[in-house]
Amino acid sequence: MASIHTAQELDTWRESLAAKVNPDLPLITVCGGTGCRVYGSEQVWTAFQDELTNQKADARLNYDVKVTGCHGFCEKGPLVVIRPQGIMYTNVKVSDVAEIVGETIAKNKVIERLLYVDPQTNEEIKCEQDVPFYKHQHRLILGLNGLLDPTRIEEYISQGGFDSLKKVLTSLSPDDVIEEMKKSGLRGRGGAGFPTGFKWELCRQQPGDVKYVICNADEGDPGAYMDRSIMEGNPHLVLEGMIIGAYAMGAKQGYVYIRNEYPLAVKHLRLAISQAEDVGLLGENILDSGFDFTVKIKLGSGAFVCGEETALIASIEGQIGEPRPRPPYPAEFGLWGKPTNINNVKSWASVPIIIDKGSDWYASIGTETSKGTVIFSVVGNINNTGLVEVPIGISLRELIFDIGGGIPNGKSFKAAQIGGPSGGCIPAEHLDIPIDYESLQSLGAIMGSGGLVVADEDTCMVDFAAYFMRFTQEESCGKCVPCRVGTKAMLETLERICAGDGRPGDVDYLIELGEEIKRSSLCGLGQTAPNPVLSTIRYFRDEYEAHIVDKTCPAKVCKGLITYSVIEENCTGCMVCLRNCPEGAIQGKKKEVHVIDAAICTRCGMCMSVCKFDAILVE
Amino acid sequence: MQIPVSEIHEIIDREADDEGSIISALEKVQQHYRYLPKEALILASQRLGVPLSQAYAVATFYNAFSLKPKGKYCLQICMGTACHVRGSPQLLDQMETKFNIKAGETTPDHLFTLETVNCLGACALGPIVVVNDEYSGQMTVQKSDALMKRLIRKEGLD
Ligand SMILES: Cc1cc2nc3c(=O)[nH]c(=O)nc-3n(C[C@H](O)[C@H](O)[C@H](O)COP(=O)(O)O)c2cc1C
Ligand code: SF4
Ligand code: SF4
Ligand code: FES
Ligand code: FES
Repeated sequence: MASIHTAQELDTWRESLAAKVNPDLPLITVCGGTGCRVYGSEQVWTAFQDELTNQKADARLNYDVKVTGCHGFCEKGPLVVIRPQGIMYTNVKVSDVAEIVGETIAKNKVIERLLYVDPQTNEEIKCEQDVPFYKHQHRLILGLNGLLDPTRIEEYISQGGFDSLKKVLTSLSPDDVIEEMKKSGLRGRGGAGFPTGFKWELCRQQPGDVKYVICNADEGDPGAYMDRSIMEGNPHLVLEGMIIGAYAMGAKQGYVYIRNEYPLAVKHLRLAISQAEDVGLLGENILDSGFDFTVKIKLGSGAFVCGEETALIASIEGQIGEPRPRPPYPAEFGLWGKPTNINNVKSWASVPIIIDKGSDWYASIGTETSKGTVIFSVVGNINNTGLVEVPIGISLRELIFDIGGGIPNGKSFKAAQIGGPSGGCIPAEHLDIPIDYESLQSLGAIMGSGGLVVADEDTCMVDFAAYFMRFTQEESCGKCVPCRVGTKAMLETLERICAGDGRPGDVDYLIELGEEIKRSSLCGLGQTAPNPVLSTIRYFRDEYEAHIVDKTCPAKVCKGLITYSVIEENCTGCMVCLRNCPEGAIQGKKKEVHVIDAAICTRCGMCMSVCKFDAILVE
Repeated sequence: MQIPVSEIHEIIDREADDEGSIISALEKVQQHYRYLPKEALILASQRLGVPLSQAYAVATFYNAFSLKPKGKYCLQICMGTACHVRGSPQLLDQMETKFNIKAGETTPDHLFTLETVNCLGACALGPIVVVNDEYSGQMTVQKSDALMKRLIRKEGLD
């Protein structure tokens, strides 16, 4: 590996790396994101390598193959993209590999069977960039994710990596950098949306030589995985952003606080740090600028509240992760009492892009008050589950139908829950709102950190609200009473409603209690915990009332309010349900109609999913 | 289980140079034994000069730590939002019934531990069930029933 002491040496190294790349050599990128790994992408990659060694004698079949980070379109994994043409193959299996090499690599023939088929037009689409899922996106942060081998710093460098750092260290003062960040209009992507440049300025203005920067990679929202994918797929981008920020604020030490549950991201980040140290892009006198900076990794141990900045700091200090009141803000009194700046993974990753392309360019993307792109993990009842990066301000409809491909199984869209346990839901009547900080807030949701869950007509909104309440209630650190006791009371009420024991007045009680918890809790967890409940009440109050007054669950989800029975006309007496019922609640003889004993039945749904004759009814 | 003191010391010492090291040290011990033996807590607090009460507070605050040994098979059901809307609560119910334990518990024969986790990053394949680090996606009650039966058979408990 090279050793880089000056800006000049960085340029020379980049040129020499670029010179080594043979543009005519086909490049096969295999997605190595978590989703595709579960589908078996590692074996696919190995098969491509084996194929290469087996056929080396034939010069025509030479190619380069690498494992990259998540390509975003996880729904169709394992994904394989063949460059330079950009041919995208979906659901690739080991058994497809020989054919891909023999046909596509050797003869430039496309294998139609492996192409993505647009469900709307039934057309096969050859190239990645033409697939609707990608076509409407604006992939700035995720741009290189599908292209780079994240375990090699050389790849990032040859794609222009650390050029922004060079620009900063050779031509911009710390104040210039902060000015650029302010002008870019970037707002923190970790949830609160605070303008990043102003936060940096506050930290820079603090007296003292010892300051810290922290990357918040705790990613607590249980439905979001983009921070993880960025760390896995392009860790150097985040590091470069942190180095630039540290220079601007005068910090010499950085930390990445990352979840223990993300082993691959931790591994790639460790590698990235050690490689950057080896070449001299971390350490002393970076690019001969006189600026020193190092980064350490701290593993989070699975507590949602540790994503809150003061709790995160306590956790790095080795304490239990309880938030403390602010002010003082971390910018004044942070890690070990020193001025500290915390940003989310996506915020840090945006920095090199802003420096590279300029704040004006960045600010031209987005809306009046919200600039740049935002990443959502679009999950739930949607056709194209995956990671989506879009300019702020596109409509929810575009996101869900054009990019997300709509709702599967012919069901209808009910709501999109945005912002996870701190967020709220947007019902169908507001599908055309632009997705930006203010619009979402006016409807009772939040931008949050990018979790977007789509609920279809079969989702019970009361049950859904109870789900988030259960999550926050379990994760409440218990330090302050409104959050600890209040979330519990709300959860108990919701569970009672779902069990069929709801009472008149429950909904008003939930609203009143929710408002009180929001007002009086110490940290953001408590202050936002009631949101999922309040917003479902706002748009789906009739569903709450149906549970409470009519004792029915319109979506047929809540166990206390549904019964299973056998439809006599459809039942063939095949006995499959009887054999599968874990409770022994079904009786019947062969070729005779079966009966479910409601007193024993636990409403597990097993019979329904095993019956081949649609003979199980739930009502 | 007999806990080798020197081994724990070794693990703790490797982490001890760092600031705020009790959490990292306990993480390593947890990784090694898949739980935190009581002895390890005491050793760590002595070795690092941290009050035992703080070591205990840390060990109980963070979800990653377990003070009880885990079973031979650790079954984790993803309760992340995506898996939840695709039916993971049913899977949990089913497993709780089958093993007659609640999430977070271990069967008395120390074979099976049931756990819930939040989003494993494979939402497209939800619901996800993980058995000792091996992922199964697009789980249904049938598939998970088959999975449990396979494990039970493997242990000759059928
Ligand atoms: C309960 C709670 C959990 C949070 N979890 C995260 C998280 O997982 N990741 C994150 O970046 N920010 C999280 N935040 C927000 C952070 O406190 C902080 O605002 C953010 O990291 C600042 O970075 P940004 O300005 O780049 O958004 C959380 C806040 C609260 C109250
Ligand atoms: S609001 Fe909840 S999580 Fe935050 S400090 Fe209070 S009890 Fe802890
Ligand atoms: S829902 Fe479950 S418990 Fe009830 S009859 Fe069907 S299989 Fe048996
Ligand atoms: S994991 Fe392969 S596309 Fe996301
Ligand atoms: S919610 Fe289960 S993997 Fe994401």
